[in-house]
Amino acid sequence: MTHPLLALSSLTKAYPGVVANDDVSLTIAPGEVHALLGENGAGKSTLVKMIYGLVKPDSGQMHMHGAPFMPAEPRAARAAGVGMVFQHFSLFDAMSVAENIALGMENAPKLGALSAQISAVSQTYGLPLSPDRIVGDLSAGERQRVEIIRCLLQEPKLLIMDEPTSVLTPQEVEILFETLRKLSAEGTAILYISHKLEEIRTLCDSATILRLGKVVGHCTPRETTARDMAEMMVGKLLQTPTRAGHAEGDVVLKLTGLSAPAPNAFGIALKQIDLELCAGEVLGIGGVAGNGQDELLAALSGERPSARGMIEYRGDDIGPLGPTARRKLGVLAAPEERMGHAAAPDMSLTENAMLTGAVRQGLDKGGFLDWPAATRFAEAVIERFDVRTPGPSAAARSLSGGNLQKFVIGREVMQRPEVFVVNQPTWGVDASAAAAIRQALLDLAQNGTALIVISQDLDELMEISDRFAALNEGRLTAPRAAQGITVEEIGLMMGGAHGMEVAHV
Amino acid sequence: MIAVVKRPEPSRAFAMAAPLLAVLATMFFGGVLFAFLGKDPLDAIATIFWEPLFGEFAFFYRPQLLIKGAPLVLIAIGLSLGFKAGIWNIGAEGQYIMGALFGAGVGLAFYPMESFVIFPLMVLAGAFGGWVWAMIPAVLKVNFGTNEILVSLMLVYVAEQFLASMSLGLLRNPEGMGFPGSRNLQQYTSAHNGDLVAGSGMHWGVVAAFIAVIFAYVLLARHRLGFAIRVTGDAPRAAAFSGVNPARLVLFCLGASGLLAGLAGMFEVSGPAGQVTIDFNVGYGFTAIIVAFLGRLHPVGILLAGGLMALTYIGGDIAQSQMGLPAAAIQVFQGMLLFFLLAFDLFSNYRLRFGRAEVA
Repeated sequence: MTHPLLALSSLTKAYPGVVANDDVSLTIAPGEVHALLGENGAGKSTLVKMIYGLVKPDSGQMHMHGAPFMPAEPRAARAAGVGMVFQHFSLFDAMSVAENIALGMENAPKLGALSAQISAVSQTYGLPLSPDRIVGDLSAGERQRVEIIRCLLQEPKLLIMDEPTSVLTPQEVEILFETLRKLSAEGTAILYISHKLEEIRTLCDSATILRLGKVVGHCTPRETTARDMAEMMVGKLLQTPTRAGHAEGDVVLKLTGLSAPAPNAFGIALKQIDLELCAGEVLGIGGVAGNGQDELLAALSGERPSARGMIEYRGDDIGPLGPTARRKLGVLAAPEERMGHAAAPDMSLTENAMLTGAVRQGLDKGGFLDWPAATRFAEAVIERFDVRTPGPSAAARSLSGGNLQKFVIGREVMQRPEVFVVNQPTWGVDASAAAAIRQALLDLAQNGTALIVISQDLDELMEISDRFAALNEGRLTAPRAAQGITVEEIGLMMGGAHGMEVAHV
Repeated sequence: MIAVVKRPEPSRAFAMAAPLLAVLATMFFGGVLFAFLGKDPLDAIATIFWEPLFGEFAFFYRPQLLIKGAPLVLIAIGLSLGFKAGIWNIGAEGQYIMGALFGAGVGLAFYPMESFVIFPLMVLAGAFGGWVWAMIPAVLKVNFGTNEILVSLMLVYVAEQFLASMSLGLLRNPEGMGFPGSRNLQQYTSAHNGDLVAGSGMHWGVVAAFIAVIFAYVLLARHRLGFAIRVTGDAPRAAAFSGVNPARLVLFCLGASGLLAGLAGMFEVSGPAGQVTIDFNVGYGFTAIIVAFLGRLHPVGILLAGGLMALTYIGGDIAQSQMGLPAAAIQVFQGMLLFFLLAFDLFSNYRLRFGRAEVA
């Protein structure tokens, strides 16, 4: 009998206070594309970290080709043929592609030879990438290719991919899938972690669903609806965000030729952005990461003030105003990076509530800060947005990403903004919390707030937007009604595939 | 294998214990150092830490503790505000000198008139002198992005040249037989910053130091500006997002630390030192950096650290004269204190893990 490529049986791993994986078993055959599904905190990361040798299970066995497999460290896992592409890239902006790849290899060959290998692999798998380019100049999709090629150079038998499509345009996703299908046809198994169910349905042969560290089901994604899979993941019926029809209000925010130089060598300049935003409207802004999202948010939040006449709020020029003055008027924002930008990691939630709540919540009394009131505000946010934390005195960095996200979004939503600009509102948040956040955003719009939602999750944008626009290299396309827009049209608005081609081999 | 792992939450217990552990480690390794120098380590440590407080001549040393401690605390409080926000004023020594020159200059300008307004004017002038000297790196940083560490440090040497020039030229005592140095302000009643209670060592500088501690405590704990300082130190981007203006913060932090250093210089020149001389400055501005960190940049901590540092100064002097320890050994001893503090400090945010690496 042939052995499966990888068999996990009864893997258990407990951390103080939480069982991350409880009696998890699954098997992957050679060439199989296997999806690992689950909410945040379901134990997906812990499981793949065990396979990749980053975490040691408390009990249970792993077998590879029938032989016991227990990598003590990632090097051992790589030697055994396991490659992993992480969700967050570990690349050095200032170095070239080949140098970056050499850094991640044991016994890296000379740069010249390595460059030849990189070119060969990128040809074979339809991942065009010049080894000499500087990583800082690459798009997110291209950076991901660097990581994938880094893995492929070691000819893995199992490739683990952690949320690979979150930074890609639809066309780039299609190219990635071609590559993965080709790998699978050659016998490389793929363990694919994602929460995008439609993708899993197109790509994967089988799926294992985790909830709270336990396997709650297996399914064949092609034969299961996305909704069923989501409900298995969450363990309850999902609430689709809803809104009653909306009435178009007055124009509250008007951008006229908004331009700003790039903040640093690897930033993006904003170029001539024109926009009118009405009260009660949700404008979804899509685009591949690194096309000016952060810069647009900084310009709107006031972190990087603009020249006169570029930003008008209800007819007043607010371009030169800083964040505090804009907050006073009701223009609020929530940036993408939670740790260190939206929140100060080493400070308590109370202090983080003070961070943006001081003006509108009346926490600042003539320069002196009302800490008890800030604590009450933090508690209110924690309560309403179901933030899992011991209390408002916990340091922000002790919260999981999803919980901190709920806190930073909730902090702004509860200040009743007139205009609210948010970047990646549900990034890394589990499905039910994401639904709650979207509902909160829609409720804001219902009450007359004008919203700009910047996101890389197109499903999310389609679900909540009235109009849709895309950012491409610092330019904003003209907004279109979101209703009836097709994925192809969106892809074209986002700038197509950035010169990528589908694997032809 | 030993690994250093970040704690999910900073350990309060360790943050409190770190200074104490640092003092103990310094005593131990300092003792080893003294033993190598052929001195009895226990005796040397006792001389440094015990003699000034409870020894036979404690009545003489205790007031010295206030006199040495006050400028250290005053300067360190100012420095700590900037350090908390990642704004590094290394030139407090220069601001201290300029404060002394401005203060003494105003006082000497009135000589020999006697009036109660002279001393307050000197205080204002001293504060202004330190502030102005610190505004040079601040304005350069804000407008041209220069590095405040280098500029403030180099201005120390410029200030020292000023001091030499003043004590040899403009401020030289006309009745001083050609000796360098100004008139002695201790002999000029209106300008003298004497003991408020005779023989206690308690002069206006000590009062100012206590006020600065309280002021800094309230600022950091309760005021918007103190909050801005803390957020900027923890997460500069979050600070900018919350609406902190980094340029204004640089101006405030450097200005405040210069002002306090200037005050310290002014109180010193009009009190314990008495006159402007070429070697008037003795390194308080640099030692205060150690004091600020030893006190963990916390106002109350700085008060305690200033006391401890003054103790090692005085105890070190005693050890030099009584036991013949070289001055360099005392400086190494003080350096160890900062080294160990920083080393132990790491463990309030990190912990050691023995055994195999594992990533959670």
